[in-house]
Amino acid sequence: MHKIAVMGDRDSILGFKALGFDVYPASEKEEAGELLNSLVEEGYALIYITEDLAALIPDEISRYRNSYFPAIIPIPGTKGSLGIGMRAVKENVEKAVGVDIFSGED
Amino acid sequence: MARLNVNLTRMVLTNLKRRLNTARRGHKLLKDKRDELMKKFLEIVKENRKEREKVEKMLMDVHSRFIMARALMSDTHLEEALIYPKQKVTLKASSKNVMSVQVPVFEFETEGQGDRDIFPYGFANTSGELDEAIIALSKVTPHLLRLAELEKTAQLMADEIEKTRRRVNALEYVMIPNLEETIKYIVMKLDENERGNLTRLMKVKDMILEQAHGYKKKMTEES
Repeated sequence: MHKIAVMGDRDSILGFKALGFDVYPASEKEEAGELLNSLVEEGYALIYITEDLAALIPDEISRYRNSYFPAIIPIPGTKGSLGIGMRAVKENVEKAVGVDIFSGED
Repeated sequence: MARLNVNLTRMVLTNLKRRLNTARRGHKLLKDKRDELMKKFLEIVKENRKEREKVEKMLMDVHSRFIMARALMSDTHLEEALIYPKQKVTLKASSKNVMSVQVPVFEFETEGQGDRDIFPYGFANTSGELDEAIIALSKVTPHLLRLAELEKTAQLMADEIEKTRRRVNALEYVMIPNLEETIKYIVMKLDENERGNLTRLMKVKDMILEQAHGYKKKMTEES
């Protein structure tokens, strides 16, 4: 059995708590990095992180990129979508194909 | 292309030919793998994009609802209402093999009173907006999960495709041409040796005949 964690600023993640996700508020860079690492050690298989927080700790996130667990998924916070999630999708396409073949579809 | 540094012998030649054969077969297989991976990847990534757009839109909607709820309720009441969840979400993660890439499959289970009653609070101190926000959020959850699955799969497959492509290219543009050139070089060198040997033998034969019979002199006299 695995667990799902949600990381982000308090306002963005409050609602997830009501649904039974484990929420971990964080707003500072160091705090977020440590929190992410400890969550991974605790065995969370799926970690949602708000985009404004994800923007602070790209190195920590990319460290878990190639491993099979955990999946770290950026989601938009209260401030709105920063396009980080979409950019990650784009990067995947670029990596695999060489160019972003979907860029014209927006 | 660089020639491999090997001895010019028949045995090495046979070995190299065998290696070239293996390389060609490997190249073909890897190429097929790359094409198939790419096909699967494109399907997944297309869905990934759609799902992400949807989730982002839905989540923004949820956030704006929460902001409304927060505006209508005091912070303490809001926190108090949400602090003890009624549901518990557990995740079942298994894996699936797509073209020798292990990709995750997520299933989640909610423990609780079921879909009907997801509100972890009484209705006395909370506003209707909060209810709506929670309902909206609970509708996003399955999409969030699907998104996670797709995104991780796309990530892992992108890495695998890159790796496979490098291997294919290394075989196609380095390994196979090198082997071919080395084989060609050895064949030519061996042939050259053979020709050299032949002329030497002919020359030696001439010399021996000359010694034994004075053959050369006779030939010139006759003509």
